[in-house]
Amino acid sequence: MNRIPALSLVVLLILGMALSACAPAQPTECPECTPCPEATACPEATPCPEATECPACPVIPARGERLQTVISRGRLVCGVHTELLGFGYIDANGRNVGFDVDLCRAVAAAIFNDPEAVEFVPITAAERGPALQTGEVDMVARNMTWTSSREAQWGNFTTIMFYDGQGIMVRADLGVTTIEELDGATICVTTGTTTELNLADAFRSRGLSFTPVTFEQTSAVYSAYEEGRCDAATSDKSQLAAVRAGFANPADHVILDITLSKEPLTPAVPAGDDQWMDVVRTVMWVLINAEELGVNSQNVDAMMSSENPEVRRLLGVEGSFGQSDLGLSNDFAANVIRAVGNYGEIYDRYMGPNGLAFTLDRGMNRLWRDGGLIYAPPLR
Amino acid sequence: MSQRAQSAGTTIPFWRDERVIKGVAQVISAIVVIGALAFFVGNVIRAANARGLGLGYGFLRDASGMPLGESVIPYDPSKSYAYAFLVGILNTLKAALLGIVLATILGTVTAVARLSSNWLVSKIASVYIEIIRNVPLLVQLFVWYFAVFQKLPPVRESIQLPGSVYLSQRGLYIPRPVPMSTFWTWLLLTAIAMVLAIVLYTTLTRYRLQTGRTTYAELVAAAVLVLIPLAGWFLPGERPLTLELPEMGRFNFSGGLRLTPEYAAMVTGLVVYTGAFIAEVVRAGILAVDRGQFEAARAMGLKNIQVLRLVVFPQAMRVIIPPLISQYLNLTKNSSLAVGIGYVDLFYVGRTIINQAGQAVPVFVMVMATYLLMSLITSIILNIYNRRIQLVER
Repeated sequence: MNRIPALSLVVLLILGMALSACAPAQPTECPECTPCPEATACPEATPCPEATECPACPVIPARGERLQTVISRGRLVCGVHTELLGFGYIDANGRNVGFDVDLCRAVAAAIFNDPEAVEFVPITAAERGPALQTGEVDMVARNMTWTSSREAQWGNFTTIMFYDGQGIMVRADLGVTTIEELDGATICVTTGTTTELNLADAFRSRGLSFTPVTFEQTSAVYSAYEEGRCDAATSDKSQLAAVRAGFANPADHVILDITLSKEPLTPAVPAGDDQWMDVVRTVMWVLINAEELGVNSQNVDAMMSSENPEVRRLLGVEGSFGQSDLGLSNDFAANVIRAVGNYGEIYDRYMGPNGLAFTLDRGMNRLWRDGGLIYAPPLR
Repeated sequence: MSQRAQSAGTTIPFWRDERVIKGVAQVISAIVVIGALAFFVGNVIRAANARGLGLGYGFLRDASGMPLGESVIPYDPSKSYAYAFLVGILNTLKAALLGIVLATILGTVTAVARLSSNWLVSKIASVYIEIIRNVPLLVQLFVWYFAVFQKLPPVRESIQLPGSVYLSQRGLYIPRPVPMSTFWTWLLLTAIAMVLAIVLYTTLTRYRLQTGRTTYAELVAAAVLVLIPLAGWFLPGERPLTLELPEMGRFNFSGGLRLTPEYAAMVTGLVVYTGAFIAEVVRAGILAVDRGQFEAARAMGLKNIQVLRLVVFPQAMRVIIPPLISQYLNLTKNSSLAVGIGYVDLFYVGRTIINQAGQAVPVFVMVMATYLLMSLITSIILNIYNRRIQLVER
């Protein structure tokens, strides 16, 4: 009976040694699969049964493969939040909505001219990296902060769509205004986030102490905070505003006038397919440029006859800004704007003065010409 | 005729030779298993290389930067990932060990209660077992954490129990004993008293058995055990232990020992859940003891409790131990559900490291290896015990 444990120990050791022996991974390509003769051998017109074998081999997706996969699948797979008011949540009709969710819809509209051709995959903060690394989703738009190590390890970040900073929310009756006054406090935070690390850094650098209470589910973090398990909760200010709006008594909680960190929230795609990255990034630029040019979901069709060459180019009426090189139709930008609106419309839909979720001053997220940081390369 | 049969028997062709068939079967199954293993491992390495993911363990030395809610050993975010992982292992052990002890007690008591002739007691035990066994553990943990421990009063309105014990949704705070300079001498004195008490008890009992005279062995031993440490406590001026009382600071209590609600919910959930299974295991063990054994024991004039202790349990243990081992293993493995209620266990720390260091495969291998190792150690220890109590058949 106890030979079995001993045996499994040996197996375990061998497994461990095998893995550690292979640890110094030298080449980044996989020699067995790179030729993949079947796929190139069979012409696309004839359905060739052997061709099904090739996509199984774990190679870096070749340029354009992801876009082809998405098109043949008929829908975009997008990793999103489902519990964060304003950014990614489920509305009363059971529909995925929110700022980040609309970015996914914009990409779907660009590819399929159908903002509903998206499969939303709910992922937690801690699952964002693995989801990108394994490539099981086509993109992640889940209030994700762009950092250097995430760029190196997780995937390719496209373009910053929301400038945020980490804040701290406390109960109003505590009378706290500075971080120093929080010495010794219990603080709720989502695990696997940059905010978790920033919090530790902020307290350590000031020589202060705190007790963390961490959860993977965003909802668990704030329910624990609201119950009183923690004195304070910390996250991106936009998230805190979102959560506060959902509390029973929002006035009992204040978001301190402290910014602990830079949090550039950025949609990302799996690494290794430059064309796919360009597609998603260009769609984001379209949203921003459309706001700059004053094109919105209401006037997009009227703007087709605009005299402004920039508008005409954006809407695919004349000239090109690289649509065909991306593998998209010439009028994809018009489809995107018609479906989800421009950047400002998406922002206002959820966080504007009459936003569906809550009202948050655009602040840094105003266009560059209005004194904000939202700036996209020109479409030409 | 018989000669021919015999000669045919000696020249069985090798493909019909039982030993050869068995040997070949062994080799084939070994090849299949090793081949499958090699394929999976190779696949992981290939995929990791293709995606440019490292599989090394070098990152373990980096500073983790992540805060952890509770730790047996001193921890701060400047410690390494490896150290954070160790914190997780210790937290898992902290929950699993207490869980095993309490679940065994709860299970045994429930089993005896369910077999009791008292209708009410027996029905209560049955209802408990049936409800708990049929509700998923994760659901129960959520109930314990969010509906029970989170609903305790806020820290500022803590329930104060006698002796500076405070109960709130931040946990249970109790005074912490702090050893003073005289503590070690006192501990030595207590140890001596214990040895002395045991020696006295055995000699006096032997004397009683030999001579038949009353010796009050228990009384004498108890007196030695209590009086000597008591004298040591009060005689040398300074008390060996002083109590550090929890005091309410600006936000939380400081000082004292703290039992976090996450840990409490974890242990309670595991104990209540596994206790129900252990109860059935123990009940099966007791029922496996022949009825004649009860009757014989009672006929000899043993009290109910003595029947259980001296006659039934020693025999029931043989049936109980093997399934009990798997319940202990389940409890240990189930502690990985802590991730749902924010208890910083091994799996929780592992997941956080995966996310913060971006190293999924190496960390999962570490987590799996650790659980496997814990389970194997538990099962080896209990198997040794099992062998000792099994009937030695002649």
